[in-house]
Amino acid sequence: MSTLLNLDGVTVTDDALLLADDSPLPPQGSMIVSLARWQAEHSTLATHPAPVAVKLPNTTDVLSLDAAVLALPLLVLDFPGFADGRAYSQARRLRERCGYQGTLRASGAAVVADQLAMMARVGITQFLLRDDQSVAVCQAALSAGGKPMPYQPAQDASHAVFAARRA
Amino acid sequence: MYRYDQYDQALVDARVAQFRDQTTRFLNGELADDEFKHLRLRNGLYIQRFAPMLRVAIPYGTLSARQLRMLAHIARTYDKGYGHFTTRQNIQFNWPKLETVPDILADLAKVEMHAIQTSGNCIRNITSDHLAGVAKDELLDPRPYCELTRQWATEHPEFNWLPRKFKFAFSASTTDRAATCVHDIGVHLVRNEAGEIGYTIFVGGGLGRTPIIGQKIREFLPETDLLSYSEAILRVYNLLGRRDNIYKARIKILVKEMGIAAFRDQVEAEWETLKNGPLKLSKSDIERFKSHFTQPSYDATAQSDTSYAGHLAQDTAFAAWAKRNLKPHREPGYAIAFLSLKARGVAPGDVTHEQMDAIAELAEQYSFGELRATHNQNLVFTDVKQADLYPLWQRLSELGLATPNIGLLTDVICCPGLDFCSLSNASSIAVAEEIFDRFESLDYQHDIGDIKLNMSGCMNGCGHHSVGHIGILGVDKKGEEWYQITLGGSSENNASLGDRTGPSVDRESIADAVQTIIETYLEQRHDESEGFLACYARVGMAPFKARLYPTKAEQAA
Repeated sequence: MSTLLNLDGVTVTDDALLLADDSPLPPQGSMIVSLARWQAEHSTLATHPAPVAVKLPNTTDVLSLDAAVLALPLLVLDFPGFADGRAYSQARRLRERCGYQGTLRASGAAVVADQLAMMARVGITQFLLRDDQSVAVCQAALSAGGKPMPYQPAQDASHAVFAARRA
Repeated sequence: MYRYDQYDQALVDARVAQFRDQTTRFLNGELADDEFKHLRLRNGLYIQRFAPMLRVAIPYGTLSARQLRMLAHIARTYDKGYGHFTTRQNIQFNWPKLETVPDILADLAKVEMHAIQTSGNCIRNITSDHLAGVAKDELLDPRPYCELTRQWATEHPEFNWLPRKFKFAFSASTTDRAATCVHDIGVHLVRNEAGEIGYTIFVGGGLGRTPIIGQKIREFLPETDLLSYSEAILRVYNLLGRRDNIYKARIKILVKEMGIAAFRDQVEAEWETLKNGPLKLSKSDIERFKSHFTQPSYDATAQSDTSYAGHLAQDTAFAAWAKRNLKPHREPGYAIAFLSLKARGVAPGDVTHEQMDAIAELAEQYSFGELRATHNQNLVFTDVKQADLYPLWQRLSELGLATPNIGLLTDVICCPGLDFCSLSNASSIAVAEEIFDRFESLDYQHDIGDIKLNMSGCMNGCGHHSVGHIGILGVDKKGEEWYQITLGGSSENNASLGDRTGPSVDRESIADAVQTIIETYLEQRHDESEGFLACYARVGMAPFKARLYPTKAEQAA
């Protein structure tokens, strides 16, 4: 079972079921469906009593998502390979251009200690750690302690050097 | 030059600690080989044919004497005693041990240097005109803008995992000395009709196996919007650039496939949402960066010197050096002096640790303690008093750094080639040496005049062969080294890609082929004032082809 961390490094229980596209909808309990399934079964899913989240392929143009998706409390971003950084830009667009306020969860092969800090900086707030990751090392990577101030403003709350020098 | 404040230093120090931790985890087997590869690349570390190679950033080519001494120390302590200046104004060490790299990075951090993002699919070192701040044809000094861009790009959280590497180059003068049109983004500082400073932005240029000249994406971008516009371009590229094929992953392919108009539409739409955000620069931001690049305190009496004219008249060797290796300075009584790293028997761009220490001392003595690396793999002292030129030349001669060949045929751009690089198909350094031997006669070289011979050992094109007046590309043919030749390339204003002459030639014939091309040019040109490019544009490929590939009947005759 993979560990799910919040932005502050606290472990959260991941009770959402990642549903395969051909699996029947469970009557209760939260679930994550693919964007394709959401689009195909939107009317059913929108009225489903259990909480539904959508997982976005990293090739999705998030600017084309409809309001119902952007109203969901949880969206899952995909990092299918260690070096595939498309979802970093999806995250910033979701925050800055779509005004998405809900939880953005990173999942996939790149959700490792060495990338968490940068994911946090683009507006990702939850991290489904890759199975082989040390939770302690990942928590340390997320903690602000000992980290230098980054140069450029992004989506994180931390000050950027550009702004600090103006003060 | 730019000096670190506490923020810059903290970032670089933290990066050293982070890489030390990553290296330890790798050596302990806690970090997979493939993942460590991506992380080490972003810290400049390649694993090469024989050993690791560490590429150290020299932002826009500026170095202090103190920094150069540290590079000498690194060459001596961790390497085999020398370093190699690259075509992107960086320096590479070819023999460091993996375990010692964190220590090397810690040493670099002590002198405000690093290897961050010198390789990997991220934003690389920012390059610029090596004459920035002193060039006569300059609108304004591009270095403050380069430094702003460097800081914005450093550890940018969104752009560390791009489809492919990404290179910026800046130019602010009438003559483009930074090859901006073969960069992913080329920035030209300009003044518009209203007299405001801003930028013309080019995008999608690049060398490698599909060389493409960059296209203009924006005629005039206001001075305050450099970073927001760059962020918009990078975001569109990060989302849409191809990741299915490494050879089609550069932004040049995206721009080509989308068309510049459609690409521009996407960038402008993205930029609309960014331009008034926190990346917008204020006048005081720009002033802050400009304050780092002040003019040195020039000696107002420098032009009263008369010794220089005397030495020129009396010493022909000095006069030959002055003719090729000096460029006029804005300040009366000063000159710009090039140190040639293209000496006989030395790989182009290579410098020993003894030379580095000596150059550092000379820079302190004669050029305000600073120097520049050029993309042609030479070094420059930008501010030398006329009266100091003769003693400087004497010392450079002793050091083997006064070959009077700047801009001539033997001033070749050349990648490390098969001798070092695991990608290479063919030797480049050995060919460069053969050409050096053949054309060493200075009179002959002076007669040929300004010419750019660029050589790469493989299509990745580190030696910029596509934009050489004469370009040579090493290719592999059934395990043998062969060379393709192109003519008419240029990376300056009106940049162009060279045309293939025809079938490639083998290792034995390549130097002959270069000689044939030169002889053909000398026969065809109107007179000395018609340079190689102009001559080639006028006469075309036919006379060169006829000489390079004679028919059987002609060979027999």
